Amino acid sequence: MVLGELIKLAFNTLAANKTRAFLTMLGISIGVAAVIALMSIGAGVQEYITQQFASAGANLIGVVPGRIQRGPGGGAFGAQAPLTMSDYRAVAANVANVLDTSADFARPSVFAYGDNTSEVNVTGVMANFSAIRNWNARSGRMIDESDVAGRSRVVALGQTVVNDLFEPGEDPIGKVVRINNVPFRVIGVMESKGASFLGDQDAVAFIPITTAQERLFGQQSLSVTGERTISTIYLQAPSKESVPSVMAQVDELLRERRRIPADEPSDFSVLSQDELINTFGAVTGVLTVFLGAIAAISLLVGGIGIMNIMLVSVTERTREIGLRKAIGAKPSAILTQFLTEAVFLSLIGGLVGIAVGVGGAMAISRFAEFQPVVQVSTIVLAVGFSIAVGLFFGIYPARRAARLNPIEALRFE
Amino acid sequence: MLNVQVKEQVIPVGLNGHVNEHSRQPVIEARDIAKIYRMGDIEVRALDGVSLTIYPGELTAIMGPSGSGKTTLMNILGCLDQPTRGTYRLDGVDVEKLNDNQLAVIRNKKIGFVFQSFNLLRRTSAIDNVEQPLIYAGVPPRERRERAKAALEAVGLGHRLKHHANELSGGQQQRVAIARALVNNPAIILADEPTGNLDSKSGAEIMCLFQRLNEENGITVIFVTHDPRIAQHTRRVIRIADGKIVDDYPVTDQIIACPDKALPDPILEKLGHGVG
Ligand SMILES: Nc1ncnc2c1ncn2[C@@H]1O[C@H](COP(=O)(O)OP(=O)(O)O)[C@@H](O)[C@H]1O
Ligand SMILES: [Mg+2]
Repeated sequence: MVLGELIKLAFNTLAANKTRAFLTMLGISIGVAAVIALMSIGAGVQEYITQQFASAGANLIGVVPGRIQRGPGGGAFGAQAPLTMSDYRAVAANVANVLDTSADFARPSVFAYGDNTSEVNVTGVMANFSAIRNWNARSGRMIDESDVAGRSRVVALGQTVVNDLFEPGEDPIGKVVRINNVPFRVIGVMESKGASFLGDQDAVAFIPITTAQERLFGQQSLSVTGERTISTIYLQAPSKESVPSVMAQVDELLRERRRIPADEPSDFSVLSQDELINTFGAVTGVLTVFLGAIAAISLLVGGIGIMNIMLVSVTERTREIGLRKAIGAKPSAILTQFLTEAVFLSLIGGLVGIAVGVGGAMAISRFAEFQPVVQVSTIVLAVGFSIAVGLFFGIYPARRAARLNPIEALRFE
Repeated sequence: MLNVQVKEQVIPVGLNGHVNEHSRQPVIEARDIAKIYRMGDIEVRALDGVSLTIYPGELTAIMGPSGSGKTTLMNILGCLDQPTRGTYRLDGVDVEKLNDNQLAVIRNKKIGFVFQSFNLLRRTSAIDNVEQPLIYAGVPPRERRERAKAALEAVGLGHRLKHHANELSGGQQQRVAIARALVNNPAIILADEPTGNLDSKSGAEIMCLFQRLNEENGITVIFVTHDPRIAQHTRRVIRIADGKIVDDYPVTDQIIACPDKALPDPILEKLGHGVG
């Protein structure tokens, strides 16, 4: 018995039972497509979030007032004794093995230009902001040393503020906008970072930190002890490996300065990018697991679809096998025929599923910020499962029927 | 004269069908065959101790009332079913001792079986149905086509090659099934009520076919019928009742169904040549 003949026979049978073949293939395709689309989107979201944090600057460490709960659903707790300029100076002077240190001071403010207004945080920054945060002006320039030294009333606007205040096509550089009614000259427009899960990252405006503390917010920027306060201290560690030791130094230094007893938690938080990524990573991990669960359900539904079609046709197929045995088919010939059928259906269904799944993930990502990440392991899992289901339910009844004697198979109900 | 296939164990029989039975090995030798179906507490004895010997080249009719066990007996003789007890030797070989593959070869090459309910492949053309046994016999595609076509022409369906089973009448479906049974030039044809659904003219055509396959190709033919006139086309009648053989007698005034046997017939000639 020639193998080619049996394969031809399988294709003839498929051609004679197009509806059954189509429905079986559909079940496999749906399962595979759903798994690939959902898993790829989950992986894409995860990668996107990691990139968002990475783009904030390499090996960045942030210090903020208050105690931040680690893990998903966290927030700031405890008495928020503010960080001060002297805290910053102490960190900058004493923490060893650091590339650069910076601080900023941010407050919600009202921007106005003509009749247009915009409400965003204005952030007073130091001249090393661009280097440490990996963020430059797209046009014009960013705050520099002389701006900080001279407490200049100059501002670099984020794209969202530009959109709010200016007409399309209007060049903001050199224009004067009012921040909380104080006039500022626009010296630059920042590179756009886009909107993300972190919020609209372009809803920002940068002025010299000295201007913010001394001219714009004045009294508001003073602590109860009369010191200039800041919102965040940034440190840039030279390498990923040095991040933990820098964090430990900062923590120790600030605890000492702020006289926190050994048995009490810090009233400030030292955060690394890794930690932030891990925090959000845990969130997106949950998301991926969730999408994975949905995908697994789709796979199961697809599998049950395949099973149904196969089982519904078992009676018909068992009779067919009975007849084939009666006219001289050996059990091996019957199994080869049915195996060919199942392999073919699973393979075509799987390929269609991959195409639809990858296409679907790409289509969805067109309406979102991120690129889907199609992993080979996902494809292998999805196709493997579907083929296994297809093969099992295609071959199991055939195997059973091939063992019956022809009359039993012909009488099968 | 037609080309008569002479098989190894088959000695062509004379026109009167009288052979020296004791000089040859029986093709079918059933001893004390029983088939018992258990349905809960009830025991159905479909066959209850049937012993039967049939020599090569015989043309035999099996008769009996409905439910007497005719189909059960045919299935066992066709190696499609196993008896509950008793021995069945086919060409001297104990069928019980054969494995699945050996049985498959016997069903494919030695026996042509015609079912009471046709058992054609659905959504499959007549010629494709008839080709099926040749696929399993390993016959190359072109020869397969030719022989399937010849077999369908032999049963008078040369003009229905491409029709699907569901587009054919019951009688035509049965003739497709007969074509399928004879396409591999078997040593034995077993037919379960082959003329049951046919009008008397079609029935006579089938009988002519069986008589010619029997006499000219030396094929042993056994079929079941209710019709005493159809049974009279054979040379031997076996009667069954309640799973037992109650009568077994030679036909004295055999009816010859074929109008003119001397006519050359390329169809059967082709069948005779196409032995795998
Ligand atoms: N698969 C089966 N299970 C139970 N009883 C059966 C089965 N097949 C046949 N029988 C019984 O065996 C007896 C003989 O059946 P069968 O050989 O089909 O008779 P016939 O062909 O002479 O009409 C009947 O009584 C029938 O009901
Ligand atoms: Mg019957």
